[in-house]
Amino acid sequence: MQTIKLKNKPYLLNGYSIVGPMEGKGPLKDYFDYILKDDTLKEKTFEKSERKLLQDIIVGAIDKANLKVSDIDFFFGGDLLNQIVSSSYTARELELPFIGLYSACATMAESIALASIFVDNGLANNVVAGTCTHFSSAERQYRFPLELGNQRPPTAQWTITGGGASVISNNPSNIRVVAVTFGRVVDFGIGDVNNMGAAMAPAACDTIREHMKNVGRSSSDYDLILTGDLGKLGSEILIDLMEREKFILGKNYSDCGCMMYDKTERVFMGGSGAGCSASVLNSYILKKLSAGEFKRVLLVSTGALMSTTTSQQGDTIPGIAHAVELEYVGNKPVNKSVTFAKGEKKDG
Amino acid sequence: MDKQKRNANYNIYVESKVPKTKAWPSLFKAFLVGGLICALGQGFFDLYSHFFPNLAESEVTTCMLMSIIFLTCFLTGIGIYDVIGAWGGAGSVIPITGFSNSISSPAIEFKKEGIIYGICVKMFTIAGPVIVCGVVGSIVCGFVGLFI
Repeated sequence: MQTIKLKNKPYLLNGYSIVGPMEGKGPLKDYFDYILKDDTLKEKTFEKSERKLLQDIIVGAIDKANLKVSDIDFFFGGDLLNQIVSSSYTARELELPFIGLYSACATMAESIALASIFVDNGLANNVVAGTCTHFSSAERQYRFPLELGNQRPPTAQWTITGGGASVISNNPSNIRVVAVTFGRVVDFGIGDVNNMGAAMAPAACDTIREHMKNVGRSSSDYDLILTGDLGKLGSEILIDLMEREKFILGKNYSDCGCMMYDKTERVFMGGSGAGCSASVLNSYILKKLSAGEFKRVLLVSTGALMSTTTSQQGDTIPGIAHAVELEYVGNKPVNKSVTFAKGEKKDG
Repeated sequence: MDKQKRNANYNIYVESKVPKTKAWPSLFKAFLVGGLICALGQGFFDLYSHFFPNLAESEVTTCMLMSIIFLTCFLTGIGIYDVIGAWGGAGSVIPITGFSNSISSPAIEFKKEGIIYGICVKMFTIAGPVIVCGVVGSIVCGFVGLFI
């Protein structure tokens, strides 16, 4: 069975999120832990900026969970750059035992799922799971130079600058990880790399259906069902696909990519990237869950598993979605205000 | 259900959901931006003809092109040309300014990988195909012209 129900329900001890200046103007601005003023993070290249960003996120999460780096048994993570360099270089700096993962933009759910399984089975006490993306490094790897005067099609999405990390632990907190589902790779024959939402929606549909069937719940049992980065079009397609299978996604459904930006910003279908679900989970969802405003949340991070080479060779885009079910248990408040690890305070 | 049929149906369904680019506003913007660039070029041409009456027409044209190309590289470098391009579309791509932008933007972007592997290798990633098409096209046209 692709769903794993966790016997001991490990805790999501705390989480930390950082986003770029543009994301920091969006509707979720009050929830993020830190908003960058300068998206280069004073580094010479955007690849270096991305790994600095991830490092700050991981250190921030560990700090906010009141732990030390030495208390962490494993670091589960990945990113979108080739050979997941941001994560491995972060692991190098922090000297953490590293389990590198790649599910494109579904990496956050995959990391949390595996981290939870480790803690659940007593293989580790404290595990950090995190990922991030940087708009500028993703653009240069997947698309065009930043200064090229080209137009994007209306179905395009905007890779966010930002990310988040969660600490999964057997120390009690308000949030538990109940069950996780690893998705099948689903490809419905979409070849347009500017329409990732449509390519990933069938995978999200498959995973949500399997998860609900296996845990015996319906969509109305959740306060929020949250997909990673389907965007506006992808979300509409998902709702249609689910409806065909007699699952109704109502007002309790949302998508991280759609939540990230204001309508006024030129981001087309919304945000995307591994950092998208990572930052929304570790800001908005974390705060709502730990305050008990949400009782049960299903996070379904979605990823498109193509590369630039496969796309140029005419292959279609395989999609994947991993699901993590979180519930509020109300043990103790976890939301203490924490200053940033490097002594920088949250803006505003 | 047969996967091929499922995928074909899905593609048709997605196609029906995809928002289309509106043709008239895009055409208008392209006309405006492209027209302004051409008018600017003509401005440079008239200016050089006026101040350097000794230059032949072909030399004035060369000076005008050089000015326009320099201006585009400059605007690309300070991060303005991509904004013009995103708004004006083909209007900013078709004139020589588009070509200049397509060479200067990867040169700036890949400078971090060094002069040889960065700038020199990547400079023509976007303009390269255009040059190839242009050269091949002119060879074909030349041959056709030879026999007509």
